[in-house]
Amino acid sequence: MKALVAIKRVVDYNVQVRIKPDGSDVDIANVKMGVNPFDENAVEEALRLKERGLVTEIVAVSLGTAANQDVLRHALAMGVDRALLVETDNAALQPLGVAKLLKAVIQREQPNFVLLGKQAIDGDNGQSGQMLAALLGWGQGTFISSLNIENNEAIVTREIDGGTEQIAVQLPAVLTADLRLNDPRFVKLPNLMMAKKKPIETLPAAELGVDTAPRLRQIKVEDPPVRKPGIKVGSVEELLEKLRNEQGLPL
Amino acid sequence: MSVLLLAEHHGQKLAPSVYRAVTAAASWQMPIHIVVIGNDTAAVAAEAAQINGVDRVVRVDAGHLEHPLAEDAAQILVELAPAYRVILGAHSTFTRNILPRVAALLDVAMVSDVLAIQPDNTYVRAIYAGSVLSVVQSSDALQVLTIHGNRFKPATNGAAAEIITSAAPAPFGKTRWIGENRASSDRPSLNSAKIVVSGGRSLGSAEKFQAVLEPLAEKLGAALGATRAAVDAGYAPNDIQVGQTGTMVAPELYIAVGVSGAVQHTAGMKDSRIIVAINHDPDAPIFKVADYGLVADLFETVPKLAASITKQ
Repeated sequence: MKALVAIKRVVDYNVQVRIKPDGSDVDIANVKMGVNPFDENAVEEALRLKERGLVTEIVAVSLGTAANQDVLRHALAMGVDRALLVETDNAALQPLGVAKLLKAVIQREQPNFVLLGKQAIDGDNGQSGQMLAALLGWGQGTFISSLNIENNEAIVTREIDGGTEQIAVQLPAVLTADLRLNDPRFVKLPNLMMAKKKPIETLPAAELGVDTAPRLRQIKVEDPPVRKPGIKVGSVEELLEKLRNEQGLPL
Repeated sequence: MSVLLLAEHHGQKLAPSVYRAVTAAASWQMPIHIVVIGNDTAAVAAEAAQINGVDRVVRVDAGHLEHPLAEDAAQILVELAPAYRVILGAHSTFTRNILPRVAALLDVAMVSDVLAIQPDNTYVRAIYAGSVLSVVQSSDALQVLTIHGNRFKPATNGAAAEIITSAAPAPFGKTRWIGENRASSDRPSLNSAKIVVSGGRSLGSAEKFQAVLEPLAEKLGAALGATRAAVDAGYAPNDIQVGQTGTMVAPELYIAVGVSGAVQHTAGMKDSRIIVAINHDPDAPIFKVADYGLVADLFETVPKLAASITKQ
């Protein structure tokens, strides 16, 4: 059984992004980058399935420029078997373009299932996995917090509003990871050093013959409105007095 | 051409966010049709037909749609799509599962979690966990989007739209629904509660999380929420997580107890009308978004607050 894991290179989740002076986009030059956290959960889950003997090969794929080699090295250090960079000069791929590129890669690689994060923490779109499943005509298990594979089905628990849902998705399928799926392993330094020596296959996106032209044009970015600064109160009594008299709450 | 709204419902009732999505749909000044997908949806369809602004309700009823799978729901929408200019829904795990699939099958982009709708297929949405707003314009003929519910006022009742039925396409068949666990509670649900009491990692344990916050929430008739840190530490279940990766809330009153105020969390609650923070650390970032901050030991303060509230 072969698993393909798609990973996105994003601004590190601890970085507070800034807007470029001209307001055209966020400024991510010289900012710490890393694997999208949800995609790291996807890598971890594939590794655990391999450790349980359910998966024999894991291929990690990232779409982007040569800079994306760092996130692929991270995946190799975690333990994936192969790393593939689909090299594109279009740094701002949109979910539909991502899904089309991944579909083309999947037709070459023929995995039994695809795992990826439920969303990326930069664009917060949460679309690529569902779009990929649609283009492949495969079933989808989204926002999953548990995964088992039995009788050629992925049995998943999905995190939904107000609770969880269990579904079974016939393979091949696309599965998207929620943070609750697992705690990704810590990458040890020796593994990172060894990963530096492993090959990363490179495939020019142009060879895949896919239209990744953006459908959405970003006109500008701006800071969200800030809340008016609040006040400190000294006691529970003062707090309740303010809530009752300033805000008119019947407490 | 018309606007098609995908309605989320729970068997007998529409999700409250549908009313907000109707207001968003009215932005196009075109007829609004609501599609209700399920099994035995007569009651829900009748409710949808009463919403002011709705011109037609399209019922798609079939036994296999009792718990609609994304694969089946998407196929229904794809078959209805040629008559529409816009397909939208209120942003939730239900619509987020289905609409990207619809968009890809129709080869159009999707715009997720729209905060504001502007002329010429232009939308404002949040990126980077709400720390930046992005204004995007779509070049597609068909618009597929989800809207951020609490940015739009709920539509009122009073209409009597026509209800038509549409046949369900054949089931996808390769995905099976097994079961669900929905937290049952007398309390309001997190995304519709007027008051939310939320706890962070400072609570220290699952027992203390319950013991400290539950009496206050009970007294206020509030929903309980939690930060991702508290959820990850096992103090609270994931379905009450408030934040970028959990539920986005915007109640009248949000009480953050022992919450540090990570961007991940504040992204999900900073639209609340009034924010109260109780934390022993005077430098906690939560105080930057709080209207009223109380620097105090939460284990002493919260029981005192609960005891002082007279509301019933």
